[in-house]
Amino acid sequence: MLGPFFAVMRRDLLLAWRGRADVLVTLAFFVIVVCLFPFGVGAETNQLRAIAPGVLWVAALLSTLLSLHRLFAQDHADGTLEQLLLSPEPTALWVLAKIAAHWIVTGLPLVLVAPGLALLFDVGQGVLGVLTLSLALGSPILALLGAVGAALTLGLRGGGVLLALLVLPLFVPVLIFGAGAVDSELGGTGAAAHLLLLGGGLLGAIALAPFACAAALRIAME
Amino acid sequence: MKTANFDDRIKRSKSLLRFAAPQMFYPLAGTFAPWCLAVAAVLTVLGLWIGFFVAPTDAQQGDVYRVIFIHVPAAWMSMFIYLVMAFWAAVGLVLNTRLSFMMAQALAPTGAMFCFVALWTGALWGRPTWGTYWVWDARLTSQLLLLFLYLGYIALTQAIDDARRADRAGAIIALVGAVNVPIIYFSVQWWNTLHQGASVSLTRAPSMASAMLWGMLVMALAAWAYTFAVVFWRVRSLILERERHTEWVGAELAAHEGRA
Repeated sequence: MLGPFFAVMRRDLLLAWRGRADVLVTLAFFVIVVCLFPFGVGAETNQLRAIAPGVLWVAALLSTLLSLHRLFAQDHADGTLEQLLLSPEPTALWVLAKIAAHWIVTGLPLVLVAPGLALLFDVGQGVLGVLTLSLALGSPILALLGAVGAALTLGLRGGGVLLALLVLPLFVPVLIFGAGAVDSELGGTGAAAHLLLLGGGLLGAIALAPFACAAALRIAME
Repeated sequence: MKTANFDDRIKRSKSLLRFAAPQMFYPLAGTFAPWCLAVAAVLTVLGLWIGFFVAPTDAQQGDVYRVIFIHVPAAWMSMFIYLVMAFWAAVGLVLNTRLSFMMAQALAPTGAMFCFVALWTGALWGRPTWGTYWVWDARLTSQLLLLFLYLGYIALTQAIDDARRADRAGAIIALVGAVNVPIIYFSVQWWNTLHQGASVSLTRAPSMASAMLWGMLVMALAAWAYTFAVVFWRVRSLILERERHTEWVGAELAAHEGRA
């Protein structure tokens, strides 16, 4: 049962490793967007500290969006996707494997880099753990929801902009709970409620999104 | 030969389900649409008359509150139409009926329009009442996100040339949106809320004068009738466009040209 899951995941990770530069672009985008904010809103420390969770989360959301089109585009172009769909393995399973590999390649680096960037905004060291945890729980949800959008817009003209229009409204709850977790930790109420909701959202997305994504891929490849 | 038999069978059928065939629904929608539009016109005039001349001036808000006679029905319709759209999308995906997808696509522009009207009239009401056109309040924000969901659906179905793929892709995004609507609604509610509580609810007596309530209900019915009329018209155009290669559309168009 899990054989094809790990096979597809290993293949995607290997492909990503061979084209490391592509992956680093997403990470560089994340870092640059975050670093642009002080230029825009001014370098006043209190203000930066107040907007830091929101800035990091919005930047993570935008970099996820930027990398999403790569999730299926290459396999679509060289016909791999068609062969995978023809295979007898359950579609939702290998779709989940592809999304997991995609998150490890594009989402996980953001999670690891975020605490360092938070220091640039003078965020207290006590909340760095909550920030990392919220991103670790939230960014896979973004990848899962975004995968549905990527499958729906596969091979369409203006696909990138369309993808943004489709998935950004769906990202809003993740953004609210993710940035909210850090804010409530700073405010002293504790981040447990927000993190639990994010965790619940992640489980719900893992359960539902691969099936929606599989249906969308079948429609796109008909 | 096979299609001819099918056409005959559909025409002789007494089941209501025969109207699931675009060919049968086309004349039905054509019959209903003008009536719905007439009802909508009469109810709009009546509702606006009640709203502007019969309903008393509000003790706290003065005459500004009268915008609710447009605002509230528009907001109701915008949310309800999304549910109906998601319903038709689900029916289409499960039963593979072409007309369901066409209904979903015909509903979307009207829903987006009502959504925009609700936001716009809300902004006009907010300026004198709250002192600002816009606040990042839960209800306003979720209404705005609903508008984005509508726009996403419309953009996706328009971007795909193949009608079958457009139908199904649109249906999936409508359903994903429908699953997300309650999540979005509650998340923004926890995030921030300032909007006055709902004035009308099913479980307790409404907190407004009965003339105001009647004006609002009449306007809501007018919005319903308008939606029916517009959607019937739009779905007729969609049917003609999709079925343009069939014999009955050819006959229909020939008859229409003969009359003109």
